[in-house]
Amino acid sequence: MASGVKPRVKVPKSAAAGDSIVIKTLISHKMESGQRKDSDGNVIPRSIINRFTCEFNGESVIDVAMEPAISTNPYFEFEATVPEAGEFKFTWYDDDGSVYEESKSIAIG
Amino acid sequence: MELTRRNAIIMGAGAFFVAGLPLRVSAAGEEAIAAFTGGAEIGTGDIKLTAPEIAENGNTVPIEVSSDGAAEIMVLAMGNPTPGVATFKFGPLAASRYASTRIRLAGTQDVVAIAKLEDGSFVQASSTVKVTIGGCGG
Repeated sequence: MASGVKPRVKVPKSAAAGDSIVIKTLISHKMESGQRKDSDGNVIPRSIINRFTCEFNGESVIDVAMEPAISTNPYFEFEATVPEAGEFKFTWYDDDGSVYEESKSIAIG
Repeated sequence: MELTRRNAIIMGAGAFFVAGLPLRVSAAGEEAIAAFTGGAEIGTGDIKLTAPEIAENGNTVPIEVSSDGAAEIMVLAMGNPTPGVATFKFGPLAASRYASTRIRLAGTQDVVAIAKLEDGSFVQASSTVKVTIGGCGG
């Protein structure tokens, strides 16, 4: 699998220290639920991203356990505190063992 | 509509279908809740679940959950073949206990959010979403 998986993340370029910011993430993934059948009536095997995490300088912001009921191209929006300048690291874990990563740095000012 | 044999059979099948649904819902959904809470009592209180009243397309239904003081929030779609949707665990750098995502709903049903608060108690909110086109294929 893992074809055409592209993470997209929206993080402001800078923030005041201690500020809270809104982060939006989207990753293109078909999120096959394991419920659908192909034209021959065979069940299409499940293939989803089952976990998403966001960390800032190694400290956890959010950790999401995902089930097949998450839509195609999983989208998440949440808020994070920025205590200092650093880097947000986003990680998606696929059923097939693939790991997709993305990082965004943020400056104070 | 005249009450013919054919109509009576259709009505009977319809009633069976409607009555059959909640039965299926309770089993898997209740199990998922019990696994999350460990059998603890669930109160109502400081939790908000925002979902549309009517969703035209069950494939992408936008939802928002928030609950001050929550350590974890679990979202369940009680009428889906597998009721679990997602569990949000908030870390020390989460500015608020808020998250928004898009989910699949198989049909008209209740969406339930249960928050585990930092003191170990549980609160619950639910919202009924009418779905025009289901989102589980088949």
